[in-house]
Amino acid sequence: MSVTEHPPLAARTPPAKARTPLVRLLFGDVLSALLTLLALGLILALLPALNWAVLDAVWSTEDPDTCRQGGACWAYVQDKARLILFGIYPPEQHWRPLLVIGLILAMVLASLSPRLWGARLLAIWGLSLLAMLGLMRGGFLGLPLVPTSQWGGLPVTLLLAVLSLGIGFPFAVALALGRRSALPVPRLVSVGLIELVRGLPLVGVLFVASILLPLLLPEGWTIDKLGRTLAALTVFAAAYLAEVIRGGLQGVDKGQGEAAQALGIPFWKTIWHIILPQAIQKVIPPLTNTAIIMVKNTSLVMIVGVFDMLGAGRAAAADPAWPAPYTETYLFVALMYFLICIAISLYSRWLEQTVKNRSHS
Amino acid sequence: MLRTLWYSTRVRNWLFQIALLGGLAALVAWIVGNTLTNLAARGIRTGFEFLSRPARFPISESVLAYDSADTYGWAFAVGIGNTVFVSALTILLASLLGFAVALARGMGNPLLSALAGAYVTLMRNMPLIVQLLFWYALATTAFPPARQALNPLPGVYLSQRGIHLPALAFEGTAVLVLIALAAGVAAALGRRRFLGRGGLLWPLGAALAAGLLLILLRGSAPELDMPLLVGLNFRGGLHLTPEFAALMIGLVLYTAAFISEIIRGGIEAIARGQWEAGRALGLTRRQILRHIIVPQALRIIIPPLTSQYLSTVKNTTLALAVGYPELGLVVGTVINQSGQAIESILIMLAVFLSISVSVSLFMNWYNARVALVVR
Repeated sequence: MSVTEHPPLAARTPPAKARTPLVRLLFGDVLSALLTLLALGLILALLPALNWAVLDAVWSTEDPDTCRQGGACWAYVQDKARLILFGIYPPEQHWRPLLVIGLILAMVLASLSPRLWGARLLAIWGLSLLAMLGLMRGGFLGLPLVPTSQWGGLPVTLLLAVLSLGIGFPFAVALALGRRSALPVPRLVSVGLIELVRGLPLVGVLFVASILLPLLLPEGWTIDKLGRTLAALTVFAAAYLAEVIRGGLQGVDKGQGEAAQALGIPFWKTIWHIILPQAIQKVIPPLTNTAIIMVKNTSLVMIVGVFDMLGAGRAAAADPAWPAPYTETYLFVALMYFLICIAISLYSRWLEQTVKNRSHS
Repeated sequence: MLRTLWYSTRVRNWLFQIALLGGLAALVAWIVGNTLTNLAARGIRTGFEFLSRPARFPISESVLAYDSADTYGWAFAVGIGNTVFVSALTILLASLLGFAVALARGMGNPLLSALAGAYVTLMRNMPLIVQLLFWYALATTAFPPARQALNPLPGVYLSQRGIHLPALAFEGTAVLVLIALAAGVAAALGRRRFLGRGGLLWPLGAALAAGLLLILLRGSAPELDMPLLVGLNFRGGLHLTPEFAALMIGLVLYTAAFISEIIRGGIEAIARGQWEAGRALGLTRRQILRHIIVPQALRIIIPPLTSQYLSTVKNTTLALAVGYPELGLVVGTVINQSGQAIESILIMLAVFLSISVSVSLFMNWYNARVALVVR
């Protein structure tokens, strides 16, 4: 029997991708033409807003009364930017919150690359956060003392977000491990705590922290308002992070833990060196999502009277010299939040890509 | 002997659990003790008997009838009613809008999908409370006074007093038509449920025809009640206060962005092979979507959609920033008025916990029903 030898098939180039011209996409048939018209109509409907925000707007002025013409009053935002960004922090000391913002930015930039993640980076983060809190508070080295009731604006927003996520994370890991535990007591306790906090609106948790916490602690243990709201945000972040981390733990192959047990590696070392790194790597996108949610959530502290960026903005807009520029204030504050959140989500996308590439190579 | 006990996994697990329980019990006892001493030291009386005392504060608008002579207990009920009303309306409208936005992104029209994409990105990256305050500021400062109200559509007036819309007067015949329609829907659903076949179209059509016949026979159509400017204010029509309007616009726009992403994600998660297989079988695009893609996508969409609905219910508490009297605002007012902080906050927490738990239970049941049966 002879085997006929086929010549190897020549590699074929894939057919050229069909590219539909734009005009066909927009007006190809009745439906797409209608949709295009709908989109154009929507854009037209938005034009007056653009007119208000750009063409009719007052960009800079000395006299607040020129802002009463009907356009947006960006001159006011320019005038009050320091108040919105730093709250009622003493103006001659504004370099301190500015430095804190710079430090947070520098730390974030320094920890972007996953190659640098480790115990050392964590320690540096802890130290620099302590340094930032000290710098904000002062009271040493000739820095005047600024009580937390005078902190405000962007540094408070950033510090609340970073601290609540950072302090909440270890608790979240403990809760997630507890929920996955085979022992009944830690499992029930974790499930109870997580579901309790996740079932409540953040406003409720903030109420508990700001109104009830002083009643629950012994006489003489006073935590200031900022500390109490931080506690509420931390509890909230821990419950939500715990569910994300639990998802990661579920994704780690059971064999990993069993292999470690067979090798005689102690339980906690197995968790720390084998399970957690794999689990967290699997849930980076939802983790950054939680980070975005927490950044947005910090704006709720305004409800209990903490001067974050939103609270400071409202205080600034109450100045009777200007014609009630609340709309402009909220747009400015929203823009700041938008920049922070979009940066986190772009980073998340980049990180996901990097991690994927690394595990493929 | 002791050594073997120390290294026994079972003994260790028991010791760990006992220590954990003991620690928790000690913590709870400590907190309760502190609270009792603090309450005694400040002379605060606790208990729920204040619920039957008259509240003596106004609630600006409510679904349930309220008067400031009513009790605190009824004030809470009114707050819960408003929360449920706003939640239900938001969920309904945001689902419709979210579905439309998801469609707009998936229709293949570059202009429309870019617009929808920009909308979703903007909404998702700005805090809800800032958006609510923005809409409220727009409604109260940017709109003209009632005399010069904007009138973009006939019968629709935008002013500092809120939004005035034409209202359908549900009287006489109109109610009959509605009843006929409801009966038609019920009959169609029942037929489908028990006989397992049949569309919704003809029973609905029959009901509508019956309604129209009734209108012709009686000679009166449902009437439109138009708002009219009388003096400094509007009369008639449907009036939405600035608080309610800002709350609804903000909540619906925000929630719809998230819902549209959930729907889009669910449909995109279905493998392309499913589409191709459907096409190979000669099914039309609509048939593929209806019989192959949507049933599978629903399985993916439902769990995140429920948690989105739950967060929407929780998000309504932000209404207190714009002054719409839902449960959170009522609780805040009651605390200021009566000083019964612990009880009021407990009521609020209990309400939200029972909503969350009942929705989760329902979801677990539903998930078990639609989940793939794996051998």
